Amino acid sequence: MISPNFSPELAGALPGPEWLVSRRVAAAEQAAVGALPTPKEEVWRYTPISKLDLARYQLSTEPGGVSPVPVPQMPMAKANPETVQDDLADDLVDGSDLAESILVDTSNGRLCAVNGDDRAGGAVNGLGSKGLQVRTLNADDAELAASVDVDLFALMNTAFSVEPVLVKVPAGVDVPATIVVRHWFDVDGAAVFPRLIIDAGPDSSVRVLELYGSSDIAAFVSPVVEIRAAAAARVGYLAVQDLGPKVWHIGSQVCHIASQAHLRASTAALGGEYARMRLDTHLLGRGATGDLISLYYGDGEQTLDFRTFQDHVAPDTSSSLLFKGAVDDSSRSVYTGMIRVRPDARGTNAYQTNRNIKLSETAWAESVPNLEIENNEVRCSHASAVGPIDHDQLFYLESRGVPTETAEQLIVRGFFDEVLEQFSVPEAVPAVRERLQAKIAGLSAGLISAGLSSGYE
Amino acid sequence: MSELIIEDLQVRVGNQMVLNGVDLRVSSGEVHAVMGPNGSGKSTLAYAIMGKPGYEVVSGAITLRTGRTVISRETVTPENTPRDRVDLIDLVGLSPWERAHAGLFSTQQYPTEVPGVGLENMLEEAVAAAGGDRSAVEVQVADEAELVGFNADLLYRSLNVDLSGGEMKRSEAVQLGVLRPRIAILDELDSGLDVDALAAVSHRIEQATQQDNLGVLAITHFSRLLSVLRADVVHIMIDGVIKETGGPDLAAQLEQTGYDPWLDKRAESPVEIYLGDSEDYRDYERL
Repeated sequence: MISPNFSPELAGALPGPEWLVSRRVAAAEQAAVGALPTPKEEVWRYTPISKLDLARYQLSTEPGGVSPVPVPQMPMAKANPETVQDDLADDLVDGSDLAESILVDTSNGRLCAVNGDDRAGGAVNGLGSKGLQVRTLNADDAELAASVDVDLFALMNTAFSVEPVLVKVPAGVDVPATIVVRHWFDVDGAAVFPRLIIDAGPDSSVRVLELYGSSDIAAFVSPVVEIRAAAAARVGYLAVQDLGPKVWHIGSQVCHIASQAHLRASTAALGGEYARMRLDTHLLGRGATGDLISLYYGDGEQTLDFRTFQDHVAPDTSSSLLFKGAVDDSSRSVYTGMIRVRPDARGTNAYQTNRNIKLSETAWAESVPNLEIENNEVRCSHASAVGPIDHDQLFYLESRGVPTETAEQLIVRGFFDEVLEQFSVPEAVPAVRERLQAKIAGLSAGLISAGLSSGYE
Repeated sequence: MSELIIEDLQVRVGNQMVLNGVDLRVSSGEVHAVMGPNGSGKSTLAYAIMGKPGYEVVSGAITLRTGRTVISRETVTPENTPRDRVDLIDLVGLSPWERAHAGLFSTQQYPTEVPGVGLENMLEEAVAAAGGDRSAVEVQVADEAELVGFNADLLYRSLNVDLSGGEMKRSEAVQLGVLRPRIAILDELDSGLDVDALAAVSHRIEQATQQDNLGVLAITHFSRLLSVLRADVVHIMIDGVIKETGGPDLAAQLEQTGYDPWLDKRAESPVEIYLGDSEDYRDYERL
C-alpha cells in the first residue's frame, strides 16, 4: 500500500468519461499494491527517492490561483463566450484562427482558464474550421487509453490526473502558433498529477510549450506527457520547469514517433527540490526522427535527475540527444541515458551527448551513457563529461581583462547557448535565458514569477 | 612611458624548471623579438608574464612601469584604486585580469575556443571592469575589424570557434585595438596565418607602436614574422635563458646559421619539451 491517501475509491470518484474512470480505477488498484522504488533499482540510483513520504500529500482536486508566470509574447486567440457548454467534454478553443496561439491555464491540476478568460466563459464547443482541438478527454478518446506507464508514479498519474489536457491536431493541419499549457501549484501539501497528451495526426505540425510554476509550497507534482506523432507529423515540445525549492517533481514523458515523423522535445529544468524526468522516445516507423535537447541548472540543495531511453524499433530511424547541465552550491544532478537499437532497426543513427559543469566543490554530477545495440548496420555514439569550468577558456577571458567571476558566468552562459539555440519554441528562449542567467549570477529566488518583468506582458 | 621589466625570472611548470633566469626590458614603442628553438621556454615566458595558472614564478620579478604620475597619499580618493596610484606594478601575484587592467595583453599561438561567448560581449565586460565605457565598444569593434579586414559576420560567432588561423589572429588584433594595452606579448603570431592576414595584423600592431606607444614582445620560432613586423631588439632564448641580445641583424644571422651556434653542448641529453598548451586535446569531440 503506497498510502491510504491514494485509494482506488478516490480515483473512481474523479470526473470524466467512462473509459477514463475505469482506467483510473484499474491503475489505482495496481498502484495501491505497488511499492515505492528504492535507490537499489538502477533507474533510481543516486536519487533521494527513499525520502519520499506520500502520506504527506493529499490529492488536489480544487483549483487555486492562476499562474503569474509570464507567457512569451505571442498573438492570442480570443475564446468565444457565446458558446458556453458543459465543462469536461468540450473543446476549450476552436482552431478557426490557427495563427494565434492558445493559452490553457491549470491550477493545482484543474483547468481554470483559456486565453485569460475564466473557464466558465471560455469553454467553446465544436471544431474549428481546421479541427484543432485543445480540450479535456471525452468519450471519443478511448483510443488513447493504451498504457504509457513507465513507473509507479506514471501509474499514479493515470489514476489521479484530474483533468488531462489533450492537444489533438487532425491530419494535414499545420498549426503555426504555439500552444501554451501553463501549470500553477499553490496548495501546500498537494499531490498533483498533470497530464498532457499531444496527438498529432498524419502530416500535421504543432508546437507546445508547457510551463510549470509554483508558489513557495511543499508539494508533489508528478506529470506525464504523452506525445504521439503520426506518420510525417512534426511536433515541437518544450517544458520549462521552474517549481519552488520545496516541490518534489517526478515525471515521465513518453513519445511514439511514426514513420517519417519528426519530434523535437526539450526540457529546461530549473526548479524543484528533487526534480526528475524520465524520457522514453520510441522510434516506431521507418525514417522517424527524435531530437532531445535539454538543459538543467541546479543550485542550493537541489537534485535534478534525468533518465533517457532512445528506443530504435524501426529501420532508418534517427535520434539525437543533447543534455547540458550545471551544478552549483550543494546541488546534484544525475543523467543516465540508454540508446537501444532493436534487431530490425538497421540504418539507425543515434547520438547521445551529456555534458556537465561542476561549479562548486560540494556540487556533484553523475553521467552514465549506455548503448544496447542489436543490429550491426548502425551509427551510434555517446559522449559524456563532468568537469569544472575549462581553465583555458577562463584564462583566455581573464587575460583580456574580464574578472574571474564575470568570466565564469560568461562561460557558463555560453555553455548553454548550444541548447537554447535548438529549443523548438524560440519565443520561450528569452525567458529561459533570463532565468538561467539569474541562477548563474546567484540571484536565484527559486521562482520564475518572483523577479521577471522584461520581455513579456 | 611604460616599461615591462623582467628580472632574473625563474619559472617552474609542474616539476620542471623551464625558465632559468630571464632578464628583459620592453619599453613603449619598442618591438622586441624573442627567438628560440622548440622547448626553449618561449611560450612559458609569455604565459608566466600573463599569469597563467600552473606557471609558478620561483624567483625573480615581473614589473610594469606604467608611467603614471604617482599620487600622494593625501590625494587618494575612492575613485583611484591602488593600481592607479603607483608607477611600478609588481605583476607576480596578480591574476591575469588584473595584469590586463595594468596594461598587458597577450595573444596565444592557438587561441582558445570559448563556445557561446562573443567577441563584443567579452570586450564589453573587459572594458566595463576596467572602468571604461561599455557602450563605446560596439563602434570600436566595428572600426578595428575594418582596419584588419576581419569579416563583420564573424563578430557574432563564438570566440575562436570555427575560425581559420588567419581569422583568429585578426580577431586578436581587433581585441588589441579595442583594449589599447601598454605592452603586448605575441606568441607565434605568424603560425597558421596566410600572407594577407599576417600583413594586416602586423600592420595594425606597428601602427599601435607608433600611434599608441605600444611596446611589443613578439615570441617566434622563425624569422618570417620579422620580415613584416620590424623588431628593434632581438633576443635569442635557449634552455630558459636569454643567450644573446642584439639588433635586427641578429635575426639575419640566425636565418643563416640556425640555432646551432647558441646551443649548449651539455644540453644534448634528452630534453623534455613542454608544449605549454593543452589546446590540442579535448576530452570530447563535438558531435
